[in-house]
Amino acid sequence: MTTTLDQTIEQKQHTWLTSITSNQTFWVVIAVILACIFLSFATESFATSKNLYNITRNVTFVAIIALGMTLVIITGGIDLSVGSVLCLCSMVLAVTMNAGYSLEIGILASLGTAIIVGLFNGILIAYLGFPPFVVTLGMLSLARSLAMVASNNTVVFQFGPDHDLLLALGGGAWLFGIANPVLYMIALALLTGFVLRWTRFGRHVFAIGGNEHAATLTGVPVRPIKVAVYVISALSAGIAGIIQTGWLGAVTTNIGAGMELQVIAAAVIGGANLAGGVGTAFGALVGAALIEVIRNSLGLLGINAFWQGTFIGGAIILAVLFDRIRNLRQSQ
Amino acid sequence: MALLELASISKHFGAIQAVNDVSLSLEAGEVTGLMGDNGAGKSTLVKMIAGNFRPSHGAMRLEGTELVMHRPVDARRHGIEIVHQDLALCDNLTAAANVFLGRELRVGVGPFRILDYASMYKRAGQIFAELKSETRPRDLVKQMSGGQRQAVAIARTMLSKAKIVLMDEPTAAISVRQVAEVLNLIRHLRDQGLAVVLISHRMPDVFSVADRVIVMRRGRKVADKKIADSSPEEVTGLITGAIERA
Repeated sequence: MTTTLDQTIEQKQHTWLTSITSNQTFWVVIAVILACIFLSFATESFATSKNLYNITRNVTFVAIIALGMTLVIITGGIDLSVGSVLCLCSMVLAVTMNAGYSLEIGILASLGTAIIVGLFNGILIAYLGFPPFVVTLGMLSLARSLAMVASNNTVVFQFGPDHDLLLALGGGAWLFGIANPVLYMIALALLTGFVLRWTRFGRHVFAIGGNEHAATLTGVPVRPIKVAVYVISALSAGIAGIIQTGWLGAVTTNIGAGMELQVIAAAVIGGANLAGGVGTAFGALVGAALIEVIRNSLGLLGINAFWQGTFIGGAIILAVLFDRIRNLRQSQ
Repeated sequence: MALLELASISKHFGAIQAVNDVSLSLEAGEVTGLMGDNGAGKSTLVKMIAGNFRPSHGAMRLEGTELVMHRPVDARRHGIEIVHQDLALCDNLTAAANVFLGRELRVGVGPFRILDYASMYKRAGQIFAELKSETRPRDLVKQMSGGQRQAVAIARTMLSKAKIVLMDEPTAAISVRQVAEVLNLIRHLRDQGLAVVLISHRMPDVFSVADRVIVMRRGRKVADKKIADSSPEEVTGLITGAIERA
């Protein structure tokens, strides 16, 4: 039988099965599921509702920021400032509420701070051509320092008239006993996934990461979009900061320290490519989940906590190894 | 009436005279080969037609009306499309996504509009069929051959009702078989009544596909004649300067 040109053009190269199994995120999901099954049998405390509640809640802060980070990474950039921005936004919220303002005003001030930080990063990178690594490295130092200035480096644990409301926002479980932070995370992940797949903005984010020059030539508004992704990244850190403040009930100037590396690790384990052009919202969640499951399980299995870094580092390298093997096979 | 007319166009950058008093016209349904050595002014000339540069002197007329362009988008609006030498493709996107890049189709109302994947796949498929190219709209450009990549870049120019397609060295870096594919694509564009300008260093390509050849040397047009009346030897002589003018 001869195939006509039309048949060839209509043909799909992948069936759903081959496209799933060639996906890094898929294998990370399998790893998470296998780890959970193993831990349910190996330990008595893993599959308890209290532990699962803890895991899901712990995942959220890294996962929410990893969503924003994924956008940045897809454009081929990086945002090292998220840990410090989380701290700064938490501190702005804490100081504002501590001064007697309502929760709404505190949140507005906090998110406003995030937007300013994001605009600063984004404009320097997109319009003045600074390397993202350098700008956000500067912001990493700057934002934490500002948080110390704002609080005079003290611990804030009194949040004014709306104190209880803030704690309920972050620490409550308003729906089916699922921790509130988890609900926010799911909502934000769905939003991010939708934007990436179904909007022109999302398409352009991928285009910039694939070939920035080509995107410019074809009329994609490259600079505004790059500014937007850094604002989104800072906002995700701000949102995580607000939720974390409500959950912890106190803010110190060292929260979120080193968090940028966990966030980047989560995004990369979930399939985002630091060279740009590849990444998903679901991957960010799965990557964050794998890191948390590893951390949690080492504790439950009674393995010395010093080994944590080894296992997480191994997971990062292993996840990317799958990708490398696939690429090598393709290029041969 | 000529589709596009350039009347005594010059372009200088400071003291450097890149294009000097060039007049030419492009006809619909005709492929014009534009040849010349590096630095002869081919690219500058094409960039003026594509709206990247404004001429220092002279005028351009499209279908008889004066053409003033400030940006490349102006050229696109007037039906002048350019296929860049590096093709300007995003490897991580599908063929259809590349064809529609910057001009995505959407469905919905007001601000709530989502990408219309079905229509984009369908339209891209139609264009590839018109070009007689075995290119699948859903495939990633990363996995495509040089000929297919050219087809994707050329398909872009067919989205809108282009009148003129400028192609910058489309056959420079691809295999022999793919060159034949690309030359076929050019013939299909011509058969649909477009004016095609083919910038090339490759003599056999120009002589197999072009109807007319224009030779530039040191910013000046030194020849503009029918392919049938010329020969590769003559064109080579014109490019190098062994033959002064023809």
